[in-house]
Amino acid sequence: MMTTVKDRCPGCDGNEQDERYDELDKVIAEYKGKPGALIPVLHAAQKIFKYLPEEVQDYVARGLEMSPSEVYGVTTFYSFFSTTPQGEYKIGVCMGTACYVKGAGKLIEEIEKELGISVGETTPDEKFTLVQTRCIGACGLAPVLTVNDDVHGRLTPDEIPGILAKYRD
Amino acid sequence: MVVNITINDQEFEVEEGKTILAVAQDLGIKIPKLCYLKDKNEIGACRVCIVEVAGNGYQPACTFPVTDGLEVKTNTPRLRELRRLNMELILANHPQDCLHCERSTNCELQSLAKELGVEEVRFSGETIDYELDDLTPSIVRDPNKCIQCRRCVSVCDKVQGVKALFPNHRGFDTLISPAFNKSLDEVACALCGQCIHACPVAAIKEKDSTEEVWEILNDEDKQVVVQVAPAVRVSLGEEFGLEPGTLVADKLVTACRRLGFDQVFDTVFGADLTIMEEGNELLARLEGEGPLPMLTSCSSGWIKYIEHFHSDFLPNLSSCKSPQQMFGAMAKSYYAETENINREDIVVVSIMPCTAKKFEAARTEMEVDGVRDVDHVITTREFAKMIKMAGIDFVNLPGEEFDAPLGITTGAGDIFGVTGGVMEAALRTVYEEVTGDELAKLKLTDVRGFDGVREASIELNGQEIKVAIINGLNNANEVLEAVKNGKKEYHFIEVMGCPGGCVGGGGQPIPTNDEIIAKRGAGLYSIDDKKKIRKSHQNPVINKIYNDYLKEPGSKKAHHLLHTTYKARDRY
Repeated sequence: MMTTVKDRCPGCDGNEQDERYDELDKVIAEYKGKPGALIPVLHAAQKIFKYLPEEVQDYVARGLEMSPSEVYGVTTFYSFFSTTPQGEYKIGVCMGTACYVKGAGKLIEEIEKELGISVGETTPDEKFTLVQTRCIGACGLAPVLTVNDDVHGRLTPDEIPGILAKYRD
Repeated sequence: MVVNITINDQEFEVEEGKTILAVAQDLGIKIPKLCYLKDKNEIGACRVCIVEVAGNGYQPACTFPVTDGLEVKTNTPRLRELRRLNMELILANHPQDCLHCERSTNCELQSLAKELGVEEVRFSGETIDYELDDLTPSIVRDPNKCIQCRRCVSVCDKVQGVKALFPNHRGFDTLISPAFNKSLDEVACALCGQCIHACPVAAIKEKDSTEEVWEILNDEDKQVVVQVAPAVRVSLGEEFGLEPGTLVADKLVTACRRLGFDQVFDTVFGADLTIMEEGNELLARLEGEGPLPMLTSCSSGWIKYIEHFHSDFLPNLSSCKSPQQMFGAMAKSYYAETENINREDIVVVSIMPCTAKKFEAARTEMEVDGVRDVDHVITTREFAKMIKMAGIDFVNLPGEEFDAPLGITTGAGDIFGVTGGVMEAALRTVYEEVTGDELAKLKLTDVRGFDGVREASIELNGQEIKVAIINGLNNANEVLEAVKNGKKEYHFIEVMGCPGGCVGGGGQPIPTNDEIIAKRGAGLYSIDDKKKIRKSHQNPVINKIYNDYLKEPGSKKAHHLLHTTYKARDRY
């Protein structure tokens, strides 16, 4: 039987044709009723939707038959989950002790200036999101930043524009 | 297993696995506590109950289990210092507006600070300015006062099964709120107000309606009629230093007159009327007209709960309005007509042990021909506030009687205020209606008590009628699931949303706990014991009204005035 997103989630407007919900349905079906289902489902949902807007959280609550307050509590507790849109490239500047001492703060300042956003924000074109991270365990390369899965180490602020350019096109 | 431990160098034999706090309480050793609520919230969040455990440093007594040979100290200079420090840190970002806070003198944080000797707060913490959530007609949330003890979260989840509140975000930004930081008005909340009793401070409270009542009392063109719920007469005294369960109905009537109410009537009258209508409905359902089990519809928190969480059971819900609404409908019809007063000129005020009643009164289903049955609802606490503001010396008031006709009542209606009371009152009447015999045992002890779920059966002309009595919404959830799965079968189920029934309602004096609830319940049963008439169908005014006005239970007129409909609401 065909059900629309609207049937399944009265709170989710305008997504009747959104195939991403079909994908999410499969994940929910796999985990439903199992202990600890929420976090893996949210993980998958974030992968599918890139972030966790209210309507996706609502959809997960309905799918797992959980209170939305609990879903929202978990989503907002873990810094891995994002409730705002994320850029295509997530720049994580390590602020662990070694990187901090080696001038990671200067890297952040330079990125903020280049992209016109502050830490925690996403560029209007949804290309970049800038975050600070805890120690990523690459202290030998300090100061270090990651762009999605790429690691860039032993950086100075003047190298930032070049790195960003690589991802711009 | 019994183990040996020492507390403050004294040896004790205690049960292994219990927490240090639990065994200390049993032994009469006081350990200060704040976030702890027995069986409901034992999470070691506030760190006020820390004790010294030899070899284990400082541990929260509410979560640390006892083992053989454990050595505990509960009162050392270092502990007193640490507890004070914890309190100072909690107070550092708690508003210091005690002088005009509504929980002042009845605030656990305030009394604990005093008890622990906190005389200065050395830190001034950063604060976040949160908006008040005052959109529901019943409950106001003030996150600025929240100390994040999570007692409301636990009660809403474990006792009521509603889960409207949850901690979100983390660290300093932690906020206890409904999903997506919505208002309680926009989520599945029963408005039962049990979170108010859980809250040690003034972070959750009722929506105050006293101003609108003062205003209407000043309006000379209106006839202001007040009704008082049964559970208020056994709890109101607590606001004036009397023991829980003290019977204060007579003083309460006098207080109402002195405040300026024109007629002082009784919700117990509405309860008697409810029995007539609901008893009749039950008999009709037993004869096949409508689905079984029939569920009672007196508790307005329960109604909102079932609308959100079990809407497939709405056809099982009795179509009877609650006693509060039946009373209002009769005041604005029968009473208005016999007294030749325009129904628009009558204002009905209710004094209720309940926050959900404020919501119920405002429902559009609770109007007759476009006029609200009940205009204003105040809780027991708000009523006490009005008495104090008027300078009335409540404890020394002389007693007076409720007004006739809508203040003439039976004992069956009085016990509506305690879990099992509606069932007992209904069975007293239904049994006689069906068998023609008087029910020999007036006290139906099987249906009494405070267990969350109780079962009984009664034989009616050879048919065994199975009944269940439920208090607390999580218990209701479990029983309904069992009925749905065919594991349980009943004909008639009484549900009260709050633990203990209305005596434990969200609008009752603070504190409200199991012990106090039991005393209030005993008070209601003692009123019933002393009443001359103890069965609703023997209430002379009720009989007169059926003869002269409504004709018979379930008549067209009765349906127009006294019955209602419900609607399914989203549970997410």
